[in-house]
Amino acid sequence: MLQVVIFLIILIVVTYVAAMRYKRIYRNIKLGKDEDLSGDEAQRWKNTLLVAFGQKKMFKRIVPAIFHFFIYVAFLFTQIELIEIIIDGVTGRHRVFASSLGMVYTVLISTIEILSFLALIATFIFLARRNALKIPRFHFDDMGWWPKLDANLILLGELALVIGIFTMNGADMALQQIDPTHYPDTGNLALSSLISPLLFEGLGKDMLVLLERAGWWLHVLTVFAFILYLPISKHLHIFLAFPNVYFARLRSRGAIMNMPEITKEVSSMLGLTEDTTDMSAELPEFGAKDIDDLSWKTIMDAYSCTECGRCTSVCPAHITGKKLSPRKILMDIRDRTEEVAAHLDTKDDKLFPTRQPSEEYSMKHLDDGKSLFDYITREEIHACTTCNACVEACPIMIDPLTPILQLRRYEILTEAAGPKDWTPMFTNLENSSSPWQMPQERDAWVES
Amino acid sequence: MEQDDKVLFMSDMAAQGKEPEILFWVGCAGSYDTRAQKITKALVKILNHAEVSFAILGKEENCTGDPARRAGNEFVFQMLALQNIETFKMYNVKRIVTFCPHCFNTLKNEYPELGSTVEVVHHTQFIKELIESGRLQVASAPGEVTYHDSCYLGRINDIYDIPRDLITAMGKTIEEMPRSRSRGLCCGAGGAQMFKEDEPGDKRINIERIEEALETGAETILVNCPFCTTMIEDGLKAKEKQESVMVYDLSEMIVQNNGWN
Repeated sequence: MLQVVIFLIILIVVTYVAAMRYKRIYRNIKLGKDEDLSGDEAQRWKNTLLVAFGQKKMFKRIVPAIFHFFIYVAFLFTQIELIEIIIDGVTGRHRVFASSLGMVYTVLISTIEILSFLALIATFIFLARRNALKIPRFHFDDMGWWPKLDANLILLGELALVIGIFTMNGADMALQQIDPTHYPDTGNLALSSLISPLLFEGLGKDMLVLLERAGWWLHVLTVFAFILYLPISKHLHIFLAFPNVYFARLRSRGAIMNMPEITKEVSSMLGLTEDTTDMSAELPEFGAKDIDDLSWKTIMDAYSCTECGRCTSVCPAHITGKKLSPRKILMDIRDRTEEVAAHLDTKDDKLFPTRQPSEEYSMKHLDDGKSLFDYITREEIHACTTCNACVEACPIMIDPLTPILQLRRYEILTEAAGPKDWTPMFTNLENSSSPWQMPQERDAWVES
Repeated sequence: MEQDDKVLFMSDMAAQGKEPEILFWVGCAGSYDTRAQKITKALVKILNHAEVSFAILGKEENCTGDPARRAGNEFVFQMLALQNIETFKMYNVKRIVTFCPHCFNTLKNEYPELGSTVEVVHHTQFIKELIESGRLQVASAPGEVTYHDSCYLGRINDIYDIPRDLITAMGKTIEEMPRSRSRGLCCGAGGAQMFKEDEPGDKRINIERIEEALETGAETILVNCPFCTTMIEDGLKAKEKQESVMVYDLSEMIVQNNGWN
């Protein structure tokens, strides 16, 4: 009874805190600009099935793909066991599905055990890849102490989950022999039936009960810890990867996001449409300076990023020692979003100078003297060749190129700044319709 | 053929009330850059030998705006784009062939949103079409080459096999670089990098690429983009290999194989 009360209290607290934290992520994503990403549901579901569920793009690098797949499938299947754990926790019963499902239960839990074992191997390999083999993309300059610790904490959490499962199931099998009325027959579980005789047989009943409970609580508390930890971790991809792939832009990679407001102005300048521009209107800002200038999808990209570094490892600028790292662009966008979110949460009036008392605390009133340019330097955005290697590399269809180009637009169109070499290029394009200033005519080659 | 370098202008044809089968979009590099002009002339020869009715815009052609848009200058991009689209409408252009993948991409993928309805093909696609319809014969001459996928033809427009088919049709075997097709490494020119100094770093991107190309041992590097051509040749010069290793656009290789030089 005491366990049920404790479990219920923890469950209610975790559910409440988690709801607040995930609501906050949702609000933060909505800080971005509207972008219509509806339509062509068939293609979107196809992407979600192949790329998100099927991990298609992971398999370009076969070794990590296989081990990641173990952990991923184990994660999906363990959700079934989690349902039972929660029902048991709330009702105070024990293995509520065991007697009703019978043989199916044995197969199901055995499958979870085999997958958990594979996930265990994968976890050790991933710890080794990060910490012993030091795979370069986990140690580029853009990886600070927190991203590295974050990655290891997740892997340690996964170890805890698997240890919990095997302790719980192994001790349970031994208890089924001693006390069959309280411990319903689960059948021979694939791995616990092997572990149990080695580790648990011969132990006293009290000890076994203690171990079974310890395994059960370790597992469920680690699950709860994960749920609360994900919103501040790169591991959030386990949820966001799916919507992120679903909402990925379907237009050609070659088509940069259009700016219809400029089409309107240029058309009237060229005399193609009636001049309807209001000259007295304040000059609008173009491009992106802060996160509310980016699309909501870019902010979701940032929250979905697992910091795997596949993008950065194929970026030609990064390969040749330049500062640009597409992964860092996404990490910076998330960090800046979190900073803005913290201001919106603390509601410090000094940071919202233009806000009227009747108005909500929103980004349009925020002035903390900072922007994305405090995170991302000009040098980084100037180095991009728009080659799309990063876009191609991302296993969950994150697009690092769009924010880079929006930052460039802000620099060029709003600030009239940018690399000095580009100024003559723009002038030439405007005056002679070519990036170069040439003495001869465009068709001079015909006669040469 | 007597006059395989004959070029007609859209304006002249229009004056005679004629419309060509295709508009040959030359592009800024093809018009002004002395190296790229050779590619322009190679393609002109191919079109004439295949008896394709084509014309160019000449002075009426503007940059597509690709470098402006990628540098962030949407105003300049749209000024150029909207003027070009007006020109297409004026001449009732239905189909464009271009050898510059940047022009190809912008005309094909970015102009429709601004009102263009013109069909756009890259010269590799068009040449393959000419071969398949029997209008063009390509002579076979064995040899070993390596092929550099440009970003704007390959990764951005998913055209990997057509250029390789052309190379095979010329009797060549391809020694692929480790980073090829969707993993192809950029030459370093895209995104308006062609028109500015590099940011500080360890090396230039074209050097990274040329080292990879040289490792294949091939003495011919085939490309499909005038900017890649420049970058790869610059890389060869830096490695002092410009005498022993040659860089050709696919159209130049065809002209050479067919003995039309």
